[in-house]
Amino acid sequence: MDFYLTALVQGLCYGSLALGIYISMKIFNIPDITTDGSYTLGGAVTAVMLTNNQPTYLILPVVIGVGAVAGALTGLIHTKLKVNALLAGILVMTALYSLNLTIMGRSNLPLSNLPSLFTLVDISTDTNLNTFWIVLAFIAIVTLFIGYLLKTDFGIAMRATGNSESMIRALGVNTDKMKIIGLALANALTALSGYLITQWQGFADISMGIGVVISGLGSVIIAETLIRSLSITSVWLNLLLVLGGAIVFQMVLAFTLSTGVNPLYLKAVTSTFVLLIVGLPRLFRREV
Amino acid sequence: MIRIDSLYKTFNKGQPNQVDAINGINLHIAAGDYVIVVGSNGSGKSTLMDLISGSVVPTRGAISFNGKDVSKLADYNRSPWVARVFQNPLSGTAPDLSILDNFRLAALRTKPKGFNVGATNAFKTLVKERIAVLNMGLENKTGQLMGTLSGGQRQALTLLMSVMDDCKILLLDEPSAALDPKSAQVVMQTADHLIKDFKLTAMLVTHNLKDAFTYGNRIIQLSEGAIKYDKSAAEKHALTQEELFNWFF
Repeated sequence: MDFYLTALVQGLCYGSLALGIYISMKIFNIPDITTDGSYTLGGAVTAVMLTNNQPTYLILPVVIGVGAVAGALTGLIHTKLKVNALLAGILVMTALYSLNLTIMGRSNLPLSNLPSLFTLVDISTDTNLNTFWIVLAFIAIVTLFIGYLLKTDFGIAMRATGNSESMIRALGVNTDKMKIIGLALANALTALSGYLITQWQGFADISMGIGVVISGLGSVIIAETLIRSLSITSVWLNLLLVLGGAIVFQMVLAFTLSTGVNPLYLKAVTSTFVLLIVGLPRLFRREV
Repeated sequence: MIRIDSLYKTFNKGQPNQVDAINGINLHIAAGDYVIVVGSNGSGKSTLMDLISGSVVPTRGAISFNGKDVSKLADYNRSPWVARVFQNPLSGTAPDLSILDNFRLAALRTKPKGFNVGATNAFKTLVKERIAVLNMGLENKTGQLMGTLSGGQRQALTLLMSVMDDCKILLLDEPSAALDPKSAQVVMQTADHLIKDFKLTAMLVTHNLKDAFTYGNRIIQLSEGAIKYDKSAAEKHALTQEELFNWFF
């Protein structure tokens, strides 16, 4: 049981990242892989601030801020210098590696027995359950915020930017500015995942972000498969399915490990799993 | 309303594939005029439309709306004056957004898109009333995604969307070219009604000589980026379809 609770908590922690990928990939239609860097950035900033005894309420806005700046940078390179979005993301991600190492001062920063978000309140005496409730509340607030934002006039303009650029420009929206804001938002959410995971696992590591974009993509693709096949249009259901996708994703990985697969193969399993969820529906459709 | 002074547009200047799309156009369009623009392929009709809407920047010359020089303004900064209907029905609407959300954005064409939820029930009622005019039965489907509608329906809705907010200039870039004859007729008639009801200054680019003959109170023919013919209301009225046809030879 504890095993799956752990996977559930991990899935929720990655939920924020999945929402970020949903915003960049589905809403703005931009393949953004700044993710690997901004996720580690969120973790690095969290770890350094915690070891310097900064309070959690101060760490949170700083993490959101640095994530947003990283995303905005990718957005600026992409829109103002007309650099391909993938390349812009790779450039920022690579530069962030050095920055993250500089911030941490070394490649691994443990947070042994430091107070964190998860020791802030005691809801349950069981540490694992306590962590679960806090993460759940945290992700619920993030989701409510994003859901409301997407329902506002600004949010509709965001959704139209990735959907019909000619239309939304004719309706008076500066699409470059919108994309920069969108990528800033996406990477702020990604950094939040780094913030959560670092506190949950009790350390930040320079390599924690390697390939993390895949888990976000996988979550969104799992959600997308359902959204497509059930023709779901509700913004709220979309977001919930993305969170669900993140949880399913971690569950599958946890299950794989529990069957005794060598952890060395975990990234390969991850890639294969994403390939399957992308490929199977298409293979299916062709046969129909 | 629209004043264009010695306008030039050259694409790929100095390269082997240089195109002089617009070669010194001077044009004054009075408020309430409905100008039809005809011309062969490559005569500069679409470029002229792009220059007025701001999606293309002029090489030389000036464009002003109501005395305000807008030559340097980007397309999204010209939206307080201009609404545009594209040739491709897909370009004027967002397919993955509901009809209601599309109309919400259109209702904010001249205003900032803020952080409040504007697609309310009151707004929905307003949209339903507007759509009911089309007689397409779409008024009870405002939650449906725009992408599920036919090209004709989308183009007709795009037209209605253009008058959801204060609009002065309506640019119609072959709005019926991709539609079947019946849908095309509905779209053209809807456009004509809206232009009259809302006293819009309008410009229609078309290859359909019947439409060019039927609608508008002024007709212009472009040839190699310059104005070849320019007929006022009275002259246009006296024009026969055959004469119009012969303009192209």
